[in-house]
Amino acid sequence: MTGNDIRSILSCKVFAGEDLLSREVHTACGSDMMSDVLAYVKDQSILLTGLVNAQVIRTADMMDMLCIVFVRGKEPSEEMIELANERGISLMSTEHRMFTACGLLWENGLRGGNND
Amino acid sequence: MNAIHLHYEVDGTDFTRAGEASAAVKKALRQLGVKPDVIRKVAIALYEGEINMVIHAEGGYIDVSIDEKAISMALCDHGKGIENIDLAMKEGYSTAPDEVRSLGFGAGMGLPNMKKNTDEMRIESTVGVGTNVYMTVYL
Ligand SMILES: Nc1ncnc2c1ncn2[C@@H]1O[C@H](COP(=O)(O)OP(=O)(O)O)[C@@H](O)[C@H]1O
Ligand SMILES: [Mg+2]
Repeated sequence: MTGNDIRSILSCKVFAGEDLLSREVHTACGSDMMSDVLAYVKDQSILLTGLVNAQVIRTADMMDMLCIVFVRGKEPSEEMIELANERGISLMSTEHRMFTACGLLWENGLRGGNND
Repeated sequence: MNAIHLHYEVDGTDFTRAGEASAAVKKALRQLGVKPDVIRKVAIALYEGEINMVIHAEGGYIDVSIDEKAISMALCDHGKGIENIDLAMKEGYSTAPDEVRSLGFGAGMGLPNMKKNTDEMRIESTVGVGTNVYMTVYL
């Protein structure tokens, strides 16, 4: 799956890194708690989150993630978009809620990594 | 290889910028050709530590030295200090207010995760004076 596939599955609006969406993504993680992402993420390259602040982008950057999807139609600030561009991270937003967004991606073959 | 020393000031008043120092260290390590799994460990430990300096203290500074054997980090602040370090190290222990939790931190996972990602970790803290966290990751 690529970032572009995720964009169409979740009908996303793109805010940053549109040209980077052709990158291959293998596994995803969904969390609003950045400490959890820092403690449990291994090689997941997509982060789905309902949290919208600069630390979401910094956390994804620390974990070498490629793409962040904000759920429930939340939109990043100009400052966040700038930071994401600087770090080479794609930012998208979907109207779906967390559960539905994760379910749609799972249904289309994306997995959580680790053991599932 | 000569030892390399990096120094960063951490602004304790700006949560948005917390993590700038960690990102700069990560970039420097990548340029030095350090292995990705080592970079990951340093990045996680430093970032959680830097966040702590902003949410629990009033900022301070971070020193990082890199030689052929190890990456050594010192995070120093003049914040309120930690009364019981053993308790603070427990997973799930946090004194962070709800406001910090709504920002994605404050689950009491920072210090344990810093320990997990480093080969050595030592905390010196005096209530009312400040906290120094020393961490080492072997190369
Ligand atoms: N630099 C610091 N200055 C003062 N207290 C700290 C510092 N770092 C950690 N602490 C204390 O240790 C507790 C546990 O830290 P941590 O495991 O990172 O969890 P969290 O940051 O989510 O609260 C904090 O809630 C705080 O009471
Ligand atoms: Mg913490």
